Amino acid sequence: MLLEVQNLNTYYVTSHVLQNVSLNVNEGEVVALLGRNGMGKSTTLKSIMGLVKPKSGTVTFQGKNVTGLPPFRVAKAGIAYVPEERRIFPQLSVMDNLEMGIKGGKQSTKEGIWTVERIFNHFPILKERAKQQGRYLSGGEQQMLTIGRALMGNPSLLLVDEPTEGLAPLMVREVRDILENINKDTGVSILLVEHNVKVAMSLANRIYLMGKAHIGFSGSKDELEANPEVRAKYLEV
Amino acid sequence: MDPTTAMYVSQGIHGLAYGMILFLVASGVSLIIGMMHIFNLAHAGFFMLSAYFTYQFVAWTGNFWLALLLAPIATGFCGMLMERFLLRPLRGSGVIGDLILTVGVALCIDALVKVIWGTANKPLSKPPLLQGMVHFAGLDYPYYRLFVIGLAVVVLLIMALLLYKTRIGKIVRAAVSDNDMVNALGINIPLLFTFVFGVGIWLAGVAGAAIAPILSVFPGLALQMGMDAFIVVAVAGFGSLRGAFMVSILFGLMNSYGVQFISQLAPLSMFIFMAIVMIFFPHGFFGESEEE
Repeated sequence: MLLEVQNLNTYYVTSHVLQNVSLNVNEGEVVALLGRNGMGKSTTLKSIMGLVKPKSGTVTFQGKNVTGLPPFRVAKAGIAYVPEERRIFPQLSVMDNLEMGIKGGKQSTKEGIWTVERIFNHFPILKERAKQQGRYLSGGEQQMLTIGRALMGNPSLLLVDEPTEGLAPLMVREVRDILENINKDTGVSILLVEHNVKVAMSLANRIYLMGKAHIGFSGSKDELEANPEVRAKYLEV
Repeated sequence: MDPTTAMYVSQGIHGLAYGMILFLVASGVSLIIGMMHIFNLAHAGFFMLSAYFTYQFVAWTGNFWLALLLAPIATGFCGMLMERFLLRPLRGSGVIGDLILTVGVALCIDALVKVIWGTANKPLSKPPLLQGMVHFAGLDYPYYRLFVIGLAVVVLLIMALLLYKTRIGKIVRAAVSDNDMVNALGINIPLLFTFVFGVGIWLAGVAGAAIAPILSVFPGLALQMGMDAFIVVAVAGFGSLRGAFMVSILFGLMNSYGVQFISQLAPLSMFIFMAIVMIFFPHGFFGESEEE
């Protein structure tokens, strides 16, 4: 197992925002974490990443306990984070944004690793805009840059938070396809938080549904599709 | 050059020299606020501490140049210790905690220099190489003040190179906009904070060491410079180095010409200017559009 989250409890001051959340991701898998707004999906990713410190529970990655470690240590362990608001560095060029993702500042020459050239092959538009400041990219281009920047650290697991939010339908499809290619071509596992159920279902091998602060369902796509009550309870508005 | 023009030019260069010193201090304040969101009210205390270190190093070695090199480094190291052992444990506790702590450190520095060096002024001679006046176009101007301007320009260029041409500079600029995200990319942000805090204090240290032979060294140094530096940063906008540079020069000139023409009001002019700017630009001139 690549990632194992067990009984995670996280608080925002006195508000108990994650209650005994448990989930796992296997090597090469795409796992979707779905649910309505405010259920704790993004907080789950932030708690795994160390951006929010969980009060109890464990996060084990490749057999190593990374619970509550500072984010830079979690990143060094092999987890990369693609945040909801994209959070590119607007004053840096596209190239500098990508290089910011290289851990330790020096690109290894090992085979099979992500390099700027390889990123540009997956995202040709970024090559065209390599010297432009991040602030001048469109929403879709910024999303590609965020994914590219995360890949530059050669992670084994991508935590991707709402990658299609606010994008035009054509761009939604492109970002979806990019995630699929990354997973299929390189075997990078993905834990995906996504409001667009159709996109999530088309990508994921397994699905977790979150109710208020807890996991309410876990199963395969087929199991979820065969269960309209669960869908209505956790997904429909 | 007729005497009136010479006076204007001389006051202008005076203003430029003070503006440069102000920039060295304010740029450190701005860097620390911009990246770490810490209002370090002890910043000017370190400026003063560096002036005392300079005095002490000169007393020990008789070599001003060595003192100019070592005093800011020693001061920057003290700043790093403060960040690592006092500020870091407080991170996340909010602005009030930082303010109380940094005021406390400022008071400690003030008390410490009085205990070690006393309250009397400590005069410091200019190095022999820079004593005397330069004569040009009928104007006499002290070599040392021109040296201070040159020193500040060199430091400014080093900082610009560091910030814009090196990876660490890019990381610092990225962290100014989003330090959590930089952290999540595998970069050791706590270590970076200690480094940046040290560099910010080193900048104040360079200013303190450079100004020591002009003003002499006394416990009130921190109060005057601290107030001016924070006004510069407020008017320029938090985190804006370019803004801090421009406003520092403007204030240097205002101060210099103000003393000449409206000597009664000169000390107030910066406060009045700040109040007017805050009304129309609550985030300062460059507060929201840094780093084009």
